[in-house]
Amino acid sequence: MNLVNWTRKNLFSNWHDTLLTFIILFLFYISIPPLLSWMFFDATFFGTSKKDCSGTGACWVFIQVWLKRFTYGMYPNDQIWRIDLAFIIFFFVIGAYFFVNTKIKKILFIFLTIIFPFLAIFLFHGGLFGLEEVETRVWGGLFLTLFISVFSIIFCFPIGVLLAMGRRSKLPVIRYFSIGFIELWRGVPLITVLFMAAVMFPVFLPSGTNLDKLVRVIIAITLFESAYIAEVIRGGLQAIPKGQYDAANSLGMGYWKSHILIILPQALKIVIPGVANTFIALFKDTPLILVVGLMELLGMVNMAKTNPAWLGLATEGYVFAAIVYFIFCFAMSRYSLRLEKQLKTSN
Amino acid sequence: MQSIIELKNVNKWFGEFQVLKDINLQVSQKEKIVICGPSGSGKSTLIRCINRLEEHQKGDIIVDGITLDANTKNIEKIRSEVGMVFQQFNLFPHLTILDNCTLAPIWVKKKTKKEAEEIATKYLEKVQIIDQAKKFPGQLSGGQQQRAAIARALCMEPNIMLFDEPTSALDPEMIKEVLDVMVDLANGGMTMCVVTHEMGFAKEVADRVIFMDEGKIVEEKPTQQFFNNPENERTKLFLSQILN
Ligand SMILES: Nc1ncnc2c1ncn2[C@@H]1O[C@H](COP(=O)(O)OP(=O)(O)OP(=O)(O)O)[C@@H](O)[C@H]1O
Ligand SMILES: [Mg+2]
Repeated sequence: MNLVNWTRKNLFSNWHDTLLTFIILFLFYISIPPLLSWMFFDATFFGTSKKDCSGTGACWVFIQVWLKRFTYGMYPNDQIWRIDLAFIIFFFVIGAYFFVNTKIKKILFIFLTIIFPFLAIFLFHGGLFGLEEVETRVWGGLFLTLFISVFSIIFCFPIGVLLAMGRRSKLPVIRYFSIGFIELWRGVPLITVLFMAAVMFPVFLPSGTNLDKLVRVIIAITLFESAYIAEVIRGGLQAIPKGQYDAANSLGMGYWKSHILIILPQALKIVIPGVANTFIALFKDTPLILVVGLMELLGMVNMAKTNPAWLGLATEGYVFAAIVYFIFCFAMSRYSLRLEKQLKTSN
Repeated sequence: MQSIIELKNVNKWFGEFQVLKDINLQVSQKEKIVICGPSGSGKSTLIRCINRLEEHQKGDIIVDGITLDANTKNIEKIRSEVGMVFQQFNLFPHLTILDNCTLAPIWVKKKTKKEAEEIATKYLEKVQIIDQAKKFPGQLSGGQQQRAAIARALCMEPNIMLFDEPTSALDPEMIKEVLDVMVDLANGGMTMCVVTHEMGFAKEVADRVIFMDEGKIVEEKPTQQFFNNPENERTKLFLSQILN
């Protein structure tokens, strides 16, 4: 009964609403059934080669056969457990964050931001304690997407906080440095920055040092994104009333104590949506590393589709990649919403 | 008596605008002074100079034997000895009342959590909001928040308390509960500088009343004399407006 009322009120309340409703229904009618039959009803899901795809629908065999490469790049098959292990720990900790008390939360946070990065690099790269070394050259696929995103996020956040504070500093040297830094990185496209990281960066280094290309790319993305994060956080800092600084100062807290204990906790809470937004954008920008020859998820799809045995399956590859990107971006968005809500109830 | 706060020819400008003009003021230990005057006369600026929330450009300010200058060590020392209560309370909204009170003792005075909580409990009891200790500032009434802010300042165990219009942002029915706490504090022997328009409070506890106008101290008298025979025309006008 309710549904009927709702429909009448929202979809058919007058003649132009009714017309619009019918037009939209018609658009659904002509677009959705073909899409569904392509994706599911006429599609081939199982097989070992392109020949198994006989139907007129999608050839998901392509994804199924290449899944390992899409996920792990050229990482040696017998070492893949190392990647799995690191990501299981990572997602476990993030998930656990919601179900534990504040004290354990602090420990988890410190683990995730300080200990975990080293653990993960050790697992991925190896070369120590008998773990076989795997060069970053063969890293790729979704693994590389996540690796670059997570590390850039972990590094760009604190740098962004410092830049935001620097831009509001009373000391001219620090202020102008921060402004210059932020405007410089915001003023150039990421793709240029990546080119520079690959081609020009080595020129600045003392000859003989050979910084890994992946490290250079992460540094480039980190610096680039920290400028954006800085501006988001500066917005939060500006929203904190002057009275909070007065109160903190009047209690004898200096610059660092008042910022760490009073100002930042409040400002960061305000900017969660903006920070999440920047991180999602960062995640979606990772395919650009293709320009320096690194292949994350989309790069691997691009490579696979040109394999002579699998020609003509670009659509399947891109649809798959789009779905994967969407899942991660959507998850990040939901995570930030939950974090926001959880922090709000505590005051 | 020895003066604990001493201002000598203090001048301050905001850009071109001179807010404080040749201010001379001495406050003795345990003395209570009330500062009043029209809006914009520089009252807030004056008491904010005493703990250097504002910087003065000319003259000397000596608090508890320490001259206030650009030396940050001195500033932080003074600030942990001088408590301040603001018109807008300025409690930290992300912390409970108890944490508001223990934060500075722990991080500035290096007290242990336990010591800090004992002190906080003592002062929250004194201002009668110990039952609100676990709540966040946003959950309290204005009067309760201001009493919490007073307790927070007291937790640093200051020698001097500064109040900048502590009751101006409160609903009438809450003013009394805050003034009661302040009277109590005054009777306990605290040195107090209070900017307020609550003349009842001034009559009850102040040793001296100072009237400011356009950045100058235009009248400074013991309380009785201030109210009974003010000399300056502007003081008389101000008093007639505020007492009616
Ligand atoms: N940060 C500032 N920058 C520039 N001018 C300021 C600043 N703070 C205060 N002023 C000006 O200095 C003058 C004195 O301000 P102050 O706040 O000390 O007055 P007040 O006596 O406390 O007034 P009120 O009763 O309204 O609180 C005012 O004219 C005000 O506009
Ligand atoms: Mg004022």
